[in-house]
Amino acid sequence: MLLIDCPWCGPRDEVEFRYGGQAHVPYPQDPESLGDAQWAEYVFVRDNPKGPFAERWMHAVGCRRWFNVVRDTASYRILAVYRIGEQPPVTVQVGGESAAHGGAGR
Amino acid sequence: MPSVLPSPVLSAHPEHLWREPEPKAAYDVVIVGGGGHGLATAYYLAHEFGIRDVAVLERGWLAGGNMARNTTIIRSNYLAEESAAIYEHALTLWEGLAEALDYDLMFSQRGVLNLAHTPQDVREGIRRVGANRLSGVDAHWLGPEEVAKVCPIVDVSPARRYPVLGATFQPRAGIAKHDHVAWAYARKADAYGVHLIQGCEVTGYVWDGAPGAGGRVVGVETNRGRIGAGTVALAAAGHTSVLAEKAGLRLPLQSHPLQALVSELLEPVHPCVVMSNHVHVYVSQAHKGELVMGAGIDAYNGYGQRGSFHVIEHQMAAALELFPIFARARLLRTWAGIVDVTPDASPIIGKTGVENLYVNCGWGTGGFKATPASGRVYAHTLATGVPHPLAEPFALDRFSTGALIDEHGAAAVAH
Repeated sequence: MLLIDCPWCGPRDEVEFRYGGQAHVPYPQDPESLGDAQWAEYVFVRDNPKGPFAERWMHAVGCRRWFNVVRDTASYRILAVYRIGEQPPVTVQVGGESAAHGGAGR
Repeated sequence: MPSVLPSPVLSAHPEHLWREPEPKAAYDVVIVGGGGHGLATAYYLAHEFGIRDVAVLERGWLAGGNMARNTTIIRSNYLAEESAAIYEHALTLWEGLAEALDYDLMFSQRGVLNLAHTPQDVREGIRRVGANRLSGVDAHWLGPEEVAKVCPIVDVSPARRYPVLGATFQPRAGIAKHDHVAWAYARKADAYGVHLIQGCEVTGYVWDGAPGAGGRVVGVETNRGRIGAGTVALAAAGHTSVLAEKAGLRLPLQSHPLQALVSELLEPVHPCVVMSNHVHVYVSQAHKGELVMGAGIDAYNGYGQRGSFHVIEHQMAAALELFPIFARARLLRTWAGIVDVTPDASPIIGKTGVENLYVNCGWGTGGFKATPASGRVYAHTLATGVPHPLAEPFALDRFSTGALIDEHGAAAVAH
């Protein structure tokens, strides 16, 4: 069971939240120029690291706001919590090598 | 009418069903992952295609991952034609598997009920029965009274919060003893000369030329040294993304914990398999007597082989909704496996963007029942370089062509 520190409401039990998958996946800047493979990449492919992962959570029974969490997918430890629009803390390496594919930092 | 068979005496863990060979310098085929699918693949490569220079590399011990963590349900009543075809092929193989492998798998065709609790569930169930029949899968629609005849301990009274309005019934479905399945495949593969190498973790690949997508793999790096390979075949379930990333590949997979649990041992009380997508639990009674119950996946990505306890609580609430008789049964233990889930909840079988590197992954929450078919079609694909007809629809390129096989959306099936 996770204890998640909502940036607005404080620490709450995991059951209060909804999971939103990988964070920092921007909509394509120039959608018309994308081919099928690139659309497939955007729609279907997400990082799946064993280790630190930047992901979105929403406080469904609290403030109902989305925010970002960096969580280790092997230990389940939450390493950082930060608001939408903010960058993951630089001290946290997100997604290992997969960050090069756009997993983090945007 | 299914009935509970008397519990046969379970054999102890066998010590000498296969050898413990040292890895050779190279093999024709290296299979990464010694679970059910990897072992079955090795067996069919040797048995059907005469390819016996094969190694199965297992990071831990044979069949210690999801093969040891599933709820052993076997059925083929999937909605999509492509899914029904491959799972029905698996069920047909299951029906002759003990004989083929010369090992008792304790395969018990006790039938599966998929309960309907809402008008939409009823519509979906009747539709799926029709689709199943067109696909050659045995399927029946039962009303609540007929459900009670098949499984008397299900509470079908209309007063329940989620009343049972009916169910689909596949009589040929059932359960098997998962360890025996792994041991049987391992023993036969070993007898054909396949090397089953435990404690051997793949840490990277050997490349002929530039690494990454478009490159050519000619072996694997492991904690026990470099092993050459004509073909590298991933069969690593929840860890597929980790292995694919080392080859520069991103696959449409997300790894989640999937939890299950068993009760203490009870007298035979539950004669079949009962699944409910709506209240979300699936229950059978193992030969030994424990109730085996599975949950839905934990929402978050996780490689930890454990999940959150509220999922277990929810699952127990669902079980008691269906089976008030279980109220005083004691929970013995819970665990989780790591399941690799694709966007359409269907597997990915076949080529990757890397030459000589193949994947068989994305079985998500439904891999155990598919074991024989998964191994057989994968072996065909590896041996011939051409996808088996049953595997063809499950190619990786369906995510760019749009030809998805949407088992989540179409049937809301808890695999």
